Amino acid sequence: MANVNLSNVTKRFGAVDVIKGVDIDIDDGEFTVFVGPSGCGKSTLLRMVAGLEDITSGELRIGGRVVNDLQPKERGVGMVFQSYAIFPHMTVRENIGFGLTIARAGKAEKNAKVEEAARILQMENLLDRRPSQLSGGQRQRVAIGRAIVRNPSVFLFDEPLSNLDAALRMDMRMEIGKLHKQLGATMIYVTHDQVEAMTLADKIVVLKEGRVMQVGAPMDLYHRPANLFVAGFLGAPSMNFLDVEVIDVNGDEARVGNAALDPIVVRTAGRAIAKGSKAVLGVRPQYLAPVEPGAGMLHGKVRIAERLGSETVVDLALRDGTPLIAAFGEDKVFEDGQPVDLRFDGASAHLFPREA
Amino acid sequence: MATRLTQSNRAGWLFALPGFGLIAVFIILPFFFAFWLSLTNQRLISPNPTEFVGLQNYADMLSLAVVTLEPERDADGAVIRDETGAPEYPRVRSITRSDAFPQYDGMREWFRWQSGETARVVIASDVVFWKALTNTLLFVLIVAPTQAALALGLALLINQRLRGINVFRAIYFMPVVVSIVIVSLLWRFIYDGQDGLLNTVLGFLTFGAFEGHDWLGDPDTALGSIMAMSIWQAVGFHMVIWLAGLQTISPTLYEAAAIEGSSKWQTFRYVTWPGLRNTAVLILIVITMQSFALFAQIDVMTNGGPLDSTQTMVFQAVERGYGKQDISGGSTISVVLFLLVLTISLVQRYLTRER
Repeated sequence: MANVNLSNVTKRFGAVDVIKGVDIDIDDGEFTVFVGPSGCGKSTLLRMVAGLEDITSGELRIGGRVVNDLQPKERGVGMVFQSYAIFPHMTVRENIGFGLTIARAGKAEKNAKVEEAARILQMENLLDRRPSQLSGGQRQRVAIGRAIVRNPSVFLFDEPLSNLDAALRMDMRMEIGKLHKQLGATMIYVTHDQVEAMTLADKIVVLKEGRVMQVGAPMDLYHRPANLFVAGFLGAPSMNFLDVEVIDVNGDEARVGNAALDPIVVRTAGRAIAKGSKAVLGVRPQYLAPVEPGAGMLHGKVRIAERLGSETVVDLALRDGTPLIAAFGEDKVFEDGQPVDLRFDGASAHLFPREA
Repeated sequence: MATRLTQSNRAGWLFALPGFGLIAVFIILPFFFAFWLSLTNQRLISPNPTEFVGLQNYADMLSLAVVTLEPERDADGAVIRDETGAPEYPRVRSITRSDAFPQYDGMREWFRWQSGETARVVIASDVVFWKALTNTLLFVLIVAPTQAALALGLALLINQRLRGINVFRAIYFMPVVVSIVIVSLLWRFIYDGQDGLLNTVLGFLTFGAFEGHDWLGDPDTALGSIMAMSIWQAVGFHMVIWLAGLQTISPTLYEAAAIEGSSKWQTFRYVTWPGLRNTAVLILIVITMQSFALFAQIDVMTNGGPLDSTQTMVFQAVERGYGKQDISGGSTISVVLFLLVLTISLVQRYLTRER
């Protein structure tokens, strides 16, 4: 029904290029998340899909139809905003039914659809309240209800959970995931929170400075990041990067090391890594394991340790002063300044050429 | 709360004193003075001592009566008619000056209407006051909604991101900055019956068919002309208040409405107008009060004339108090005006309350 295709889409505000040629193909029924740091253009891109921003050049298709010059209402999209954007003077019922009121739908039809939406969102008992009597999470449900009720072919979410507190955010995240399964509609979701991206998405689009860095399934991106940016952006705590020297290259494998890292063989994953060149080795904190002093390949001292109960996050200084974060999946006690040796599996590390 | 505020804050009270004193002397004191003076026969300058007269001033000003006049009949009982065929009636003064009707003594005709052959005449002891009151109410009823609506229209027009929009904002606001006295003087020239700008323009637009009209000299058009000018003069001020209200409405609400497919009118009805509720209440009350205070335009342009067609409450209050040196009469009008505005404001507040 509604796949969304962007081909070479750009956006310019005056002299500033905000979106610099983006190609994304979103299949029907897919949950796609645009993720990136603030200012990367992800919200702008979503607003261009919605029709709230003009497209400077390129082509946007929804359901095969070019919609560049169509008004938002003609694109068949529903949108949920970060600030909820529900109408303060209307009851929940009126808010949810707003699109139907606008379309001059009959009373019976409107009531039926509003109640159906309220049932899906489990808020039948709130229908006659006003927004001022609702909590943040309930308001966002109302906003989602308003989007559902018109049965759009594409749902757009613009950082819908950013205004909620942490506990509620997790609940709502799961709600949205369920909603997607229930409705089976195409959804595009913008967030700067990589946890939301990882948990919700069928497909993640990582954006940086108006360019697509990588597109793929969450685990693809997590395990096979295409570049340093994606590697560092996904995963928490974020990946450690060590400047290393390439001692030897052998086919798909390279031997690397530096002052704090004993030589280790890692995969090059097809990247052009030259022997003797400088490179960056990425190791996720979770793949580091503490070992007896002298048994590991990384040598450092504890600067500070955070005990979370299920996990212990340790901030270390390596022998050459490089900072390093390690996350151990158990409760473990470390003294400040305690020497620690770490080891990791070369297969779990990522080697990137040093960027100029 | 009283202790800290009143005892340990001498410097603060000293600083507040000049402003507080001025307000007390020029606003609060005269306010109570007006109540008191309206119950006396105080004159501006008089050798006689002031006497307390109770509500006599109010009675003299407000008393109204309706008298019925039967047409004059000849010996056969047939109605006597003038040349146009209208029945002839006895003169009103035959009642108001008759010893048979002491209760109508000194009253004059305000207006009359016909019912069948009989004429009903409303007589009042203070016809000018009643004309002032009706003119003022008419002015408020027409100016308040028209000015508010026009101001909203202008605010919607200039609440857009267009190049040079500030030029329009400035133009619309300009009349507000000019003193109302100057504006009234200028509009006297515009409305001039001989070669005023309005007559010239109308003549030009109708290729000379329009003969010219003495706008302020005709009782039928004088008040309307002053209304039009007053609306024009202050519309910019209310436009700015509307504009402030418009800019408090979150732009995402408009975006949400656009996504839902709302047309321009629907957006106004469902998003803009409800968002302007508080602003609307404010504007309505402010315009109503300003309209009730109509004075400068009258004073400069018509002095209440022609034929009392532009008398207003405040103009009459000033005219009586200082023109005729009848301070108690002016005070009485002020008190009536105060009660009127208070009542209307309370009613407006009740009608526009948060539900």
